[in-house]
Amino acid sequence: MSKTKKFRPDVDAPDWGGRYYPYDIIKEGTIALIVVLVLVLGLSVVFSSPDEKQMTLQTWSKADPVDFATTAFSELAGTSASATYGPPYNTASQGQKIGPIALAQWLGVHIPVNPAVDFVLRPLSTLADNPPVTLALKQWNTASSSTQAMWIAAYTKGTIGYVNGQVVNTQTGAGPIPVLINAETAMARAGALQAQLIQGNGFYSTDYTKPLLFLADGGHLASVAVGEHLGGDQWGMMNETGSYPGQAWLWLYTTLYQIPPYSTSWSANADAMVWATMMIATLLLALLPFIPGLRSIPRWVKVYRIIWREHYRSLK
Amino acid sequence: MDSLLGALAAIINLNHQGTFIHWGWFQISVANLVVIILMIVTFVIALLVPFPGKNKRRGGGK
Amino acid sequence: MSYDEEIAQQWTTRVRRGVVDFLPPDKMLPDTQPNYVASWIYVFGVVTIAAMIIVIGTGCILAIEGPIWWHHSTLGHFINSMHLWSVEIFFFAMVVHLWGKFFMAAWRGRRSLTWITGVVTFVASIATAFTGYVSQTNFDSQWISTQAKDGINATGAGSFFNVLNLGQMLMWHIVLLPLVAVLLVVLHVILVRHRGVVPPFDEAAIKAAKSGTAPAPATEEVPA
Repeated sequence: MSKTKKFRPDVDAPDWGGRYYPYDIIKEGTIALIVVLVLVLGLSVVFSSPDEKQMTLQTWSKADPVDFATTAFSELAGTSASATYGPPYNTASQGQKIGPIALAQWLGVHIPVNPAVDFVLRPLSTLADNPPVTLALKQWNTASSSTQAMWIAAYTKGTIGYVNGQVVNTQTGAGPIPVLINAETAMARAGALQAQLIQGNGFYSTDYTKPLLFLADGGHLASVAVGEHLGGDQWGMMNETGSYPGQAWLWLYTTLYQIPPYSTSWSANADAMVWATMMIATLLLALLPFIPGLRSIPRWVKVYRIIWREHYRSLK
Repeated sequence: MDSLLGALAAIINLNHQGTFIHWGWFQISVANLVVIILMIVTFVIALLVPFPGKNKRRGGGK
Repeated sequence: MSYDEEIAQQWTTRVRRGVVDFLPPDKMLPDTQPNYVASWIYVFGVVTIAAMIIVIGTGCILAIEGPIWWHHSTLGHFINSMHLWSVEIFFFAMVVHLWGKFFMAAWRGRRSLTWITGVVTFVASIATAFTGYVSQTNFDSQWISTQAKDGINATGAGSFFNVLNLGQMLMWHIVLLPLVAVLLVVLHVILVRHRGVVPPFDEAAIKAAKSGTAPAPATEEVPA
């Protein structure tokens, strides 16, 4: 029994009542596999793949001890990106919002990170047989928060330098901070700091949250990345190190960051707003069959006449 | 095996500073642009090049 | 209950009959295609699958020796190169396939679920690739993970999806997401086999329906 109803050319398609011809799909699949394998082998032989050496807290502090010391100080002072991040690491800020909705805050702190303690004070406390550091730590931990703030303000006023293997600051009156920062830098340069940041999880760990946050708080990682054109406003999300092709499929995602209002009035919540936009765009793509107008574009543009030209010719 | 592959490794070395094309606020790496152009060219060629089996389609069928 | 009645009401029998009804063997592996399947644009679906097989195959070889192997082994580095290039071809072919299917309006004739599973597979593939990029254990993964965390944290998902946690990201990359991606591709292909490849636009019928000179044509046979 057939039912006649209104024909919607962008929704309905009549059953094919025409001819069929022999078509070997397993042979086709096998040929496709061989062709792609040859192509992949060829590309791998000709171009290989990138493998830029990883950075460690040691290589960072050796390459740029001033940047390292400056970052370590910002962790202690609570002014670094990690220290002021908010959820999921801490409650230092509200996190980003989509309009009035603060998703990150609602989900809360699930990866607790207290940079002053986790990145500086606790690792330094593991240094054995180091009376100046032990004393400096005691001084810091027993001081009132207003005293600590005064020391921080003093250290901030000065300029950090690295002279004869020591971190120095042109300003005095910063209490134990110079000793702490100098010891932290020496610890990093000796290769002993990173293990302390991972070791928080015991003997085995595959969680690099803390050393990565510390690394990203500094300027060195970013300067190497920007040198490779991987920075956010360099459309870095789409790029790969060196001259390799990257991730062209992220074109829309990265474009949004470059244009107003994401780059201007929404910039404080850019990440959240870009994600919201991408979710909507993905939904539109997925639900295209149900969207009048958009689903008519193929019929209007008529590229199908090229694809099915043999069929249309046979009808004449 | 290792030495054979070592000899073959990267005939064209892409581990150097990339080249980038700027156009106002838009920028793209040459590598990505090549890939995108190749995709468009592939799409157009796929549309235009005749598909084999025309005789089977004329002659055969249920 | 008679013997036949008992067999008929079994779960096993019902499942088997349901499956065979939905996708009989000669629909699952057809030996013909409609005459209108006559364009090179049609090969990009199977090329995407071929690339996916190589992605998974090279991934399995990388898994044999572990995530650090490729940094200090020439063979390992070569397999990593194959893994990267097969991913590039995978996305290349998938997008050309998407363009082709769009211009054919391939969702027509009750094929919207085929289209939707395709889009979801695309998104799942991006997620799979992302977890791979942050599992490289080199500078690139250090940069990508520390940048991407901001986007993911902003959605709240950062609370349980920690891109800085290598162990978690690697396991999502080699276990969870490939399973999801393969399942989606299988579903997608089953739907294509079940409904057949979308037929061309029936221009005569469209013209007639527009001008109203003839009654609207019957669409698919609807079972009574």
